[in-house]
Amino acid sequence: MNDAAVIAKDGEEHGARRLRFEIFRFNPCDPDSRPHYDTFELDDAPGMTLFIALNLIREQQDPGLQFDFVCRAGICGSCAMLINGRPTLACRTLTGTLPDTVRLSPLPVFELIGDLSVNTGKWMRQMSERLRTWVDVAEDVDLDSLETPMDPDAAQAIYELERCIECGCCVAGCGTAVMRESFVGAVGLNKMARFRLDPRDTREDADFFELIGTDEGIFGCMSLLGCDDVCPKDLPLQTQLAYLRRKMAKVTLTG
Amino acid sequence: MSAGRHSQAQLEPRNAPAVSYWPARLDLLQGASGLLLVLFMWAHMTFVSSILVSEEAMYRVSLMFEGYYVFGSSHPWLVSVVALAITALLMLHAVLAMRKFPQNARQYADFLAHRRRMHHTDTTLWWWQLVTGFLLFFMAPAHLYTMFSQADQIGPYASSWRVYSTQWPLYLVLLVVVEIHAALGLYRLIVKWGWLRSVSRKYLRMIIGGLAVYLVLHGVSTLLAYYKLGETLRDTPGLRYQPVEVHP
Repeated sequence: MNDAAVIAKDGEEHGARRLRFEIFRFNPCDPDSRPHYDTFELDDAPGMTLFIALNLIREQQDPGLQFDFVCRAGICGSCAMLINGRPTLACRTLTGTLPDTVRLSPLPVFELIGDLSVNTGKWMRQMSERLRTWVDVAEDVDLDSLETPMDPDAAQAIYELERCIECGCCVAGCGTAVMRESFVGAVGLNKMARFRLDPRDTREDADFFELIGTDEGIFGCMSLLGCDDVCPKDLPLQTQLAYLRRKMAKVTLTG
Repeated sequence: MSAGRHSQAQLEPRNAPAVSYWPARLDLLQGASGLLLVLFMWAHMTFVSSILVSEEAMYRVSLMFEGYYVFGSSHPWLVSVVALAITALLMLHAVLAMRKFPQNARQYADFLAHRRRMHHTDTTLWWWQLVTGFLLFFMAPAHLYTMFSQADQIGPYASSWRVYSTQWPLYLVLLVVVEIHAALGLYRLIVKWGWLRSVSRKYLRMIIGGLAVYLVLHGVSTLLAYYKLGETLRDTPGLRYQPVEVHP
């Protein structure tokens, strides 16, 4: 018996409450498929996450249900979905914290693969290529020479922003991104803030301005701050966006 | 630009768009014009509420803005100039803010669906900022044109008569709408630029919301004072206030 089955059996034995899941169903590859919600019922169980619940539904009720999971521990960012309208990670959501009826929908903005599964990777790659979200260096690096040590404080500050798992919650929670598909979202802007801190990246503020000093970048952000409130990794997005905006405004004012 | 500032982005022509500072400038101008309008409106409401002190106090405030204490005589056209300047500032702010409005039916539908499912305070507040801003496109100019064209008709009795006889419905709605819009705009500016970082957004909303409630109540009291005074002038429309000491 696997973990999910053990938990489910445990739930039955303890007279758990009945959870009702309304799950978005649509297969874009099937011409006969129409977007709708299917309802599934399941007994709640102590310690059960939405990851376990969805697996139980797939195992016991509908093997065709599509959703994404890899790590089950809030690290891979695959399982982001709208849970009662709010984007968050299913694997880190305990069913015990949810109301009796739970509506699950795929993240908006991203390409739908089917049911709850969306192609965040495609969006993230396109954003990364646009913003060049890597350590950008002006000259070729000599890979044989010893790397310059990084100041521990700088490394810590970079690590704080590097914790982003590209789950897409900030994009799905952003009123601007929902309206304007070319907006790079908090994930893109946070990455720019991260590489700006990196001493190995030779780009200066004027270079970053070329990438994000636009209406698709920091000056398109309308500060609705859904990103900051839904980020499952609690990244300091509000602070980073304001900081980048001030730096980019400085580039504008000083030419 | 020094050699060290060249990035790959600049070395590859196809990836190197011409830099435009306009998106940044427009965003800065939108915020700055909004902030100026908020400060003007609050100062304006403070001076207008001098009627709560006394008729004489309001009279002296109106003399001040007509330049009496500088030139020794009243020049109502100074008020007209201010009304024109504020109209220009309002137009600037309006045209810049319109960039942020949803632009078509799909964007409206997407945003409204997003707002409904998210139940997120700052997203919902932004919608109300947009709605109140839209209303101000029409309500603020109505008031500004009156001030521009009848700048010589400002005083305890003249203003009271205007409020009582024609303007009170406009002023009542305008007061509520403008205070909400100003409070939301100021809040947005603070979080947008990262000012007052030690105050959480929740507390900031409570502080600014409390301020807005106070300002609306203060404004309603002021409006009521003008209305009541205007009511006493029913049989003598056009009567001007006779100052106690100052004789312009």
